[in-house]
Amino acid sequence: MAIKVNVPGLATTVQDLGRPGYYHLGIPLSGAMDRFALRAANMLVGNDEGAAVLEAVFMGPELEFTSDAMVAVTGAELPPKVDGELRETWASFRVKAGQVLSFDFLKKGARAYIAISGGVDVPVVLGSRSTYALGALGGHEGRKLQAGDQLPVGAISKSVKEGLSVPAALRRGPTNIAELRVLTGLYWHRITDAAGNQFFEDVWKVALEADRIGYRFKGGKPLEFVPRTPPFGAGSDPSNIVDACYPYGSIQIPGGTEPIVLHRDAVSGGGYFMVGTIISADMDLIGQLQPHTPSKFVAVDMKTALAARRDRAAMLDKVRTALS
Amino acid sequence: MATKQILSPLPGTFYRKPAPDKPPYKSDGERIAAGEVIGLVEVMKSFNEVKADIAGKLVKFLVENEDAVMAGQPLAEIEAES
Repeated sequence: MAIKVNVPGLATTVQDLGRPGYYHLGIPLSGAMDRFALRAANMLVGNDEGAAVLEAVFMGPELEFTSDAMVAVTGAELPPKVDGELRETWASFRVKAGQVLSFDFLKKGARAYIAISGGVDVPVVLGSRSTYALGALGGHEGRKLQAGDQLPVGAISKSVKEGLSVPAALRRGPTNIAELRVLTGLYWHRITDAAGNQFFEDVWKVALEADRIGYRFKGGKPLEFVPRTPPFGAGSDPSNIVDACYPYGSIQIPGGTEPIVLHRDAVSGGGYFMVGTIISADMDLIGQLQPHTPSKFVAVDMKTALAARRDRAAMLDKVRTALS
Repeated sequence: MATKQILSPLPGTFYRKPAPDKPPYKSDGERIAAGEVIGLVEVMKSFNEVKADIAGKLVKFLVENEDAVMAGQPLAEIEAES
């Protein structure tokens, strides 16, 4: 079976849980920016949790089905429609051969995950079906979807009921002010104590330059650096360092003005200092932030970060129990 | 006479001009053809054209140049041709 792409949306890509293991070679993790939502979408349609789905950002595609399938849309509130009739998000619904899946305007969040029973069956590249568009790797021909694309869909492994849904308490959406928890890092000493306090006190706003590579934030005060003599290999700008590895979730602040949180398609190294790293439990949330969303960085310690990770895992277990 | 709103397809920043030194695509009260561009929404380093889906008179813009807009937010009002 195949799905025909009538209208692609803004930047709809095939994603699964990602491609770990090659970051040291410059190939990023890729995969869904909200992996919790991807897992939930797959469970709703009876797929393996890590099956490939479509990630649609801000705007949904229009898809024509050539055979019957179960579909679920999770993550952002991007209301799905079957032949023009609204369906629920975070719930499984049937789409029959010949029917068209389209979407209403985005209500909340940023990225919707569209799971189809059987999973999107594009070739596996370096262990993943995820699209890394900058490197033209994986996904459907290494790029975002275009009108006229035919997406292969795999065989259905487990049939599920229509109307299966994730309980509302287990759907995590963005709050009015996004609070992103941070562990400060190796280069924290580069800024003054006053600048460090300011960084956590300011309310930032998600900038328009926020995508799968990184999320940029604007509106806080520029950071003041501790004076230094640049080491050999670092540039003269105080935010430069001798080139280093960039972890997933790390926060770099070029020129000390606009923080950038590196996400699933980020470069793996470079010469900007990093104030710290967003804890893993909050990375999904970043993927759901719209431009202009007020955001705060909140300092936490390792103990809190690990507890938050356990909480996220426990929440996912609850979804598994609710849907099994 | 029926009026219809043009809604923003995306969240982002709305621009009424194709470039900072160019005149606006459309002004209040101007005639508009179906498919004509009324402005741009910038998001994720891309500029996306917003088009009128009916012909008529562009009564007025409901947002300012460079305003932050949400998906589904009304951008302009069009009076359909009878």
